Amino acid sequence: MGEQKSMTIKGNMATAMGAKLCRPNVIPAYPITPSTLFPEKMSEFVADGELDASMINVESEHSAMSACIGAAATGARVCTASASQGVALMHEMLFIASGMRLPMVMAVGNRALSAPINIWCDHQDTVASKDSGWLQFYAENNQEGLDLMINAFRIGEDKRVLLPVMVGIDAFVLTHTIEGVDVPAQEDVDDFLPPYEPPHGKLDPKEPATFGSFGTPEYYQEFKQAQVEAIEGSRDVIDEVFDEYEEKFGREYNKATPYYCDDAEIVLITMGSMTGTAREAVKKLRKEGKKVGLIKLTVFRPFPSPELKEILSGVKGVAVIDRNISPGAYGAMYSDLAAAYTNEKEKPILKNFITGLGGREIFVKNFEEMYEMTKKAVDTGNLGKPVEWINVNEDVLR
Amino acid sequence: MTVKITIGAINKKAGSSKEYKTGGWRTMCPKVDLEKCISCYKCYDYCPDGAIKKIEEGIEYDLDYCKGCGICANECPVKAIVMVKEEK
Repeated sequence: MGEQKSMTIKGNMATAMGAKLCRPNVIPAYPITPSTLFPEKMSEFVADGELDASMINVESEHSAMSACIGAAATGARVCTASASQGVALMHEMLFIASGMRLPMVMAVGNRALSAPINIWCDHQDTVASKDSGWLQFYAENNQEGLDLMINAFRIGEDKRVLLPVMVGIDAFVLTHTIEGVDVPAQEDVDDFLPPYEPPHGKLDPKEPATFGSFGTPEYYQEFKQAQVEAIEGSRDVIDEVFDEYEEKFGREYNKATPYYCDDAEIVLITMGSMTGTAREAVKKLRKEGKKVGLIKLTVFRPFPSPELKEILSGVKGVAVIDRNISPGAYGAMYSDLAAAYTNEKEKPILKNFITGLGGREIFVKNFEEMYEMTKKAVDTGNLGKPVEWINVNEDVLR
Repeated sequence: MTVKITIGAINKKAGSSKEYKTGGWRTMCPKVDLEKCISCYKCYDYCPDGAIKKIEEGIEYDLDYCKGCGICANECPVKAIVMVKEEK
């Protein structure tokens, strides 16, 4: 094993370093705030001769994803980056990448969607693509951003999976924040991630084939079923790969990671960078004798219902904290967790909290407040509103 | 015909679209009266599905691929083509 190099780098640099270690062949990308540094760094790596890859400058994110699909179909290892409106513009092509079963990795600087225009942290951009058939991972910090990129290639390219993966790093909180990151040695990543050879065929002029061919009503549903079976099958692959990564590189990853959950009555569930603040809140509340725990959700697609239910067994109340909202319904994590419990006899009270939209700060006191509201719902049976908004700036409301 | 699905809908057989007989979509079927046909082949030029063949006496339909759109009947200058309800 080579030594890991300690670097102090921005989140975008961490995902770029992670991608570079995976030796991508083709990088089609269209820069967008807050992900711009990713294509800039990848261009530098290529220009400096550190990475042997084709950088494709395209005229839009739709073209970026189209180029990713074409390149991936030839069997190339492909990566890109985007955010917000860029992911939205790719929306059409995202389904084609997953439907054609083309592994590729996209680093997303999670940012709010217009209108009003806003460049700050929010999970709506990738959550709006939750049904696109991509796997979705969310990083808590820059180290996770780098590690998840490497894991994403390995998982997506597994013969049992063959699907594209998004790795979300929160806008600015991670993308533009400098943190210490341990960077694995190239030879160890080479060992962990062998070259990709598509088992289902590749675009080759010598052997003509149709990709993503016409699927009539007699066949389409079975294609979708097969695609769903692949993402369901990725559950075991994710566990295997995370375990192997931990063994090799010493950092633990789980689909859902519990913190102080063993004897907890109330558990908070978070995704992304807010987890660090939530952990501080849990430490503080624990010192006050409150039985509270925390779950960090790293894998949002496939949604880890079995793991969450196992961790939450015996828990009385769950605060599901969504940095996104499906207007007219709930936050995405809440909807999925509620659905997972629908037919269970024993289930905790679930409360949905929406906060942190468009870069709104989430403080330790906000997590304490969400804990208190959930505790009150458990103790009194008064469940409150279906969706609670937290850290609302009352002064600016009409 | 039943074909097994492949991962990613990859079809390695060239020209396989011919195996998909789109004539099954048809509700109206063209009928040509070769007595009236003047062999101008406007129908042949306009057919979006290439379902019309030129023959010595005029034209012939390939009903495996004719979707029954009726463009041929509309374009025929001597009204030699009529659309009749498909009997299945």
